Amino acid sequence: MTFVAKPRVHHPKLPLNEIGLTRRDYEGSVSTLCAGCGHDSVSAAIVQACAELSLPPHRFAKVSGIGCSSKTPSYFLNKSHGINTVHGRMPSVITGANLANRDLYCVGVSGDGDSASIGMGQFAHIVRRRIDMLYIVDNNGTYGLTKGQFSATNDKGSTSKKGVPNLYEPIDLVSMALQIGASFVARSFSGDKRQLVPLLKAGLKHRGMAFIDVISPCVAFNNHQGSTKSYDHTRQHTENVVNADYIEEHDEITADYEPGTVEDVAMPDGSKLRLYKLDENYDVHDRVGALNYVQRRQEEGEVVTGLLYVDPDASDCHEILDTVHRPLNELQEVDLCPGNDMLQTINASFR
Amino acid sequence: MTVSYNDFVIRFANVNGSGSASANGMFAKALFRMGIPVATRNIFPSNIQGLPTWFEVRVSEKDYLGRREGVDIMVAMNAETLVEDVASVKPGGYLLYDNSKPLAKTLQRDDINEIGIPLATMLLPEFTDPKQRSLFKNITYLGALAGLLNIEFDVITGMVSTQYKGKDALIQPNIHALEIGRNYAYEYLNAPLPLQVRRSDQVGERIMVDGNAAAGLGSIYGGATVCAWYPITPSTSVAEAFEQHANRLRIDKDSGQKKFAIIQAEDELAAIGIVIGAGWNGARSFTATSGPGVSLMSEFLGLAYFAEIPAVLWDIQRSGPSTGMPTRTQQSDLISAAYASHGDTKHPVLFPSTPKECFDFAAQALDLADRLQTPIIVLSDLELGMNDNLSEPFEWDDERRYDRGKVLDADDLDRLEVFGRYLDVDGDGIGYRTYPGTHPDKGSFFTRGTSRDEFAAYTESPEAYQRNMERLEKKWETTKTLVPGAEIASGNSSVGVLYYGTTALPMPEAQDLLAEEGIRLDTCRVRAFPFGQDVREFIDGHDLVFVVEQNRDGQMRTLLINEEDYNPAKLVSITYYAGLSISADFIQQSIADYYQANKLPRLTEVQS
Repeated sequence: MTFVAKPRVHHPKLPLNEIGLTRRDYEGSVSTLCAGCGHDSVSAAIVQACAELSLPPHRFAKVSGIGCSSKTPSYFLNKSHGINTVHGRMPSVITGANLANRDLYCVGVSGDGDSASIGMGQFAHIVRRRIDMLYIVDNNGTYGLTKGQFSATNDKGSTSKKGVPNLYEPIDLVSMALQIGASFVARSFSGDKRQLVPLLKAGLKHRGMAFIDVISPCVAFNNHQGSTKSYDHTRQHTENVVNADYIEEHDEITADYEPGTVEDVAMPDGSKLRLYKLDENYDVHDRVGALNYVQRRQEEGEVVTGLLYVDPDASDCHEILDTVHRPLNELQEVDLCPGNDMLQTINASFR
Repeated sequence: MTVSYNDFVIRFANVNGSGSASANGMFAKALFRMGIPVATRNIFPSNIQGLPTWFEVRVSEKDYLGRREGVDIMVAMNAETLVEDVASVKPGGYLLYDNSKPLAKTLQRDDINEIGIPLATMLLPEFTDPKQRSLFKNITYLGALAGLLNIEFDVITGMVSTQYKGKDALIQPNIHALEIGRNYAYEYLNAPLPLQVRRSDQVGERIMVDGNAAAGLGSIYGGATVCAWYPITPSTSVAEAFEQHANRLRIDKDSGQKKFAIIQAEDELAAIGIVIGAGWNGARSFTATSGPGVSLMSEFLGLAYFAEIPAVLWDIQRSGPSTGMPTRTQQSDLISAAYASHGDTKHPVLFPSTPKECFDFAAQALDLADRLQTPIIVLSDLELGMNDNLSEPFEWDDERRYDRGKVLDADDLDRLEVFGRYLDVDGDGIGYRTYPGTHPDKGSFFTRGTSRDEFAAYTESPEAYQRNMERLEKKWETTKTLVPGAEIASGNSSVGVLYYGTTALPMPEAQDLLAEEGIRLDTCRVRAFPFGQDVREFIDGHDLVFVVEQNRDGQMRTLLINEEDYNPAKLVSITYYAGLSISADFIQQSIADYYQANKLPRLTEVQS
């Protein structure tokens, strides 16, 4: 970690976004994670994505569980409320937060220990419920805060820093999310900002749950030779299938990707998700195909990244529940309390 | 013939899943509609079909609604439990059974009255469908009881008509079955019996409802918008009642959409997590569970305690543990609820005794949670939650406003120089909070457990931790002044009795029984933890206080001693924990025995 505080004043020529804010307005406190931690790159990508989308930085609810990943909501969007909950339980708390106020952007940050072990039940069930949120897993295959135990996403045979191999099969959260019915599933790499930022933007704009598994190497405990979640290993073994750009209707972004095939997907708010398919046979709307593809490549030792599946017409939990459009936390006595006359009628039904 | 009116215990022994619940329920409701106080108790197995189940109705002109030992009339419809059912009838009582098959010689008793009705034989020519025949058997014994006990027949037929409204084809056969039973009683039995009912005015304005329905309804009136829960007996019907009423009372007129959200969670951990997330984000929310659920929710309760997030948790207590007796009542979660979680946690706990109190406490708990920014636990139990209880009618003051506690909006924040989420500005230990998304620049904070200072900034400073713990203690003192006070009846006795929750039900009868033996007790019904000054004064003002409760270890007594430093010798534990509800006879016997053993003076002795 660094002990140098961030300067309060910023360069007067920092570019302003559409609501007159600079990137600095989206930042958080100074990170206390290790220098070079992948998680800090994810936080920086969140800052960039939110700033570029010109989202009001106070209209977020940031929720996390426990672990290095779960410290990170302190390091972005300081103007928003955040809550660091208990281990593995971010999904339930963010579910409550979203039910209470559907107008906020809900961002949940979790880790592989948090989501694939202690909180796997909650991970599975929030996917089913389609809570309108961005669910990020900072996936480093290790328990950092307790000094380097294997996590459940660690590949079988991958070695610890001391050279001990992991004996058990890994859990792939992406495959799980696809199987349980997530409507937006992506994987990225903390070291690939060019891929990650557009995915985060698309995820923030997606209605329902957007799940992004971000391989985020742990420089302290899982970045050595023999680890399959190290910077080197990930760079050598990723295969990019679909990159995405999020495009506001009025703001065409010039793509800086190598063009493969391009597909524009209409988002609920009129904006567009532009997909760059690097493998033209890959169908981003085919859940079963995506699951197949991801697992097949995995068997060959490749980590598929990019946008893997999206259903742009997906519903969210509020739609499923058919709740009113007004946030529930704004409703007052007049909306909520049926009054004494009604109560007397109810009393009569108990006589 | 001496006739006794409106004073007996009748018990129905059935097989669960046989459709008896509806007939038995009608029996109780009919008496209630004749203005006679009744209390119902369902003693049922954790099973869907085929195991024994009992339904007991206490009928009492004197308004004794607690359980009383001994059965005056046994309606024995379950061959499997016949031996124990016959044995449980009080001498002089009645055994009503199906004598299509004669009662085994070994089961016959000379000290009780056998009333045989050939139900199976009688119904054979009437109903061809065997399933119908079995269902109408229940209605037929109800008809016979109407004749035997002198129940107003049109009250019952009226209920049949209401119950099957819309399914008119069912009304006539039901009434026919009732008539078969009644006519048999008139023709072949000595109907009516010397045990009878007659119209009374004792019920007054009261309603008959179970505590869980009252809790669900009270949560609607109290403004809960988020309910998250996981099914567990005996709490399930709290959430179900909330949903049922909300689907009627909380629909937006214009859009037809719902002004509430209910989630059946994947487990109790998720249920309380959702409630805490909603509470953090400013929506009133609650969950309902039982003892095992409280255990699972404990870690989260600690987070909510330290992060200071409002939440309401209903614990409908049952006998423990998970595979224990989930369908039997107890008051055994007191300590696990009061101190749930780790790291010096304490939670306000409310103890309702009646459905009316369930309704009132549901709304009050939501206010208290917001005011105190902490989880509030309401401890009910199976006895109150799942049985129809006589209750004062529900009331709501339309002028009443929800107490949302100390919440700052954008204008407040604009006027404020300094905002610190955990600053004790008012000296009551409660800080000011803001909802997420309130203000573009002010009032946001990142909350977590304890490693933070008054401004919610991360710190592991020992001083900051200690300051926080001391402020929470101050908040606990404030809590004592806000929770419901005890209900105290003090005469001039030097001995008191203290109790809470459903232990209150048999208490008036126990007191009357004890008074006959010259034992008069002042009473204190505790309605909340932490204990207020009133409880302290009550205990200080008596030489000896019996603490009566329904658990083995005297958990209320432990709490009193632990929190208030009483001399343990002063608090005498009377505990009942067999899974049924505590009876007046048990309380009377236990207290009288203590008087005897310790040679305490009785009023009669003093007077003589």
